[in-house]
Amino acid sequence: MFSTNASYGIVARVLHWGMALAIIAMFALGLWMRELDYYSPYYFIGPNIHKSVGIILFVLLLLRLVWRLIDKQPSHEGVSSLQKRLSHFVHWIFYPLLSGLMIAGYFISTADGRAISVFGLFDVPAVINKKGMEATAGLIHYYMAFLIIIIAALHAGVALYHHFIVKDGVLTSMLGSKRSNKIET
Amino acid sequence: MFKRLALATALTLSMSVSALAASYTIDTKGAHASINFRKLHFNFSFLTGRFDTFSGKFDFDPENPEAGSVSLEIDTNSLNTNHAERDNHLRSEDFFEVSAHPKATFVSTSIKKTGEKTAIITGDLTIRNITKSIDLDATYIGGGEDPWGNTRQGFSATTSFSPADFGMPHGAAKGTVELSVEAEGILDK
Repeated sequence: MFSTNASYGIVARVLHWGMALAIIAMFALGLWMRELDYYSPYYFIGPNIHKSVGIILFVLLLLRLVWRLIDKQPSHEGVSSLQKRLSHFVHWIFYPLLSGLMIAGYFISTADGRAISVFGLFDVPAVINKKGMEATAGLIHYYMAFLIIIIAALHAGVALYHHFIVKDGVLTSMLGSKRSNKIET
Repeated sequence: MFKRLALATALTLSMSVSALAASYTIDTKGAHASINFRKLHFNFSFLTGRFDTFSGKFDFDPENPEAGSVSLEIDTNSLNTNHAERDNHLRSEDFFEVSAHPKATFVSTSIKKTGEKTAIITGDLTIRNITKSIDLDATYIGGGEDPWGNTRQGFSATTSFSPADFGMPHGAAKGTVELSVEAEGILDK
């Protein structure tokens, strides 16, 4: 369940890949639903799914942060300390960026005091009822989404670089391989 | 001699006319003014909304209303239909494109009296940088001194037009929107 020196544990892996997939899908859904015609049958379903998944992702992000704090991290020996510091920075920056993105999204939908219904199962009420803030929240949400996707693409690019160029165990440590990432000499 | 007298009389008359057509500022500070609109949602019901922020001035002489004028400047970003997501959509390129066109304006070009307290105010309405001449059906409600030492004059006006005519590309901009202006002005000191 926990991570080892060689690889990430099942909880970290499921959270990582599950959220990665969901976030990319949310980015696509977000762009798509903005272009929907009013007469499209998806005009309301699209945003409803986007908001519901967004709330669930926020809960998962908090759980993931807690898990990150109690779980250990693979050691990735052979990676330089500068690279480690850079990767640490990129890994940690996702938490404030994603929570900022999600909170901004929440403020778009709740600016007029309306609650967000999560798949019709329960409501997340508005905490700030300040009509007009949806305009600023919308801009923040939009630009942060692009920023996050760019950083995620960089992150994925570096992982592929480790796997195919450096040929170390950085990517496989997140894929579930039990193989040691120590460089054999 | 006669010429000079005529000139003097004309000058005096024109001065008195302009003095009577006093200048008023629409009381948006005290919110005794509003710009409201409504539009059919399909053919089921009327959706209503308003512009929360605008400013305006008018010149008004009760003895000669046709000599008056009115101008309004509307902050398009302040549109409010009591639904945050819809309002963000209305602010987008599909409708008002407020990032490029933060103001809509109305400037009267002529006023024609139609009754004891009614007139048609013709003017240039500019939305999204597109200017069209529209007619406002205006009614003078009343005026006089308020208890705090100001002179006030109040009007109600309505008009209708199609938002699509102002270059809004979205399908929902087709059809007619009814606009109403309630305005109370305070005499400038």
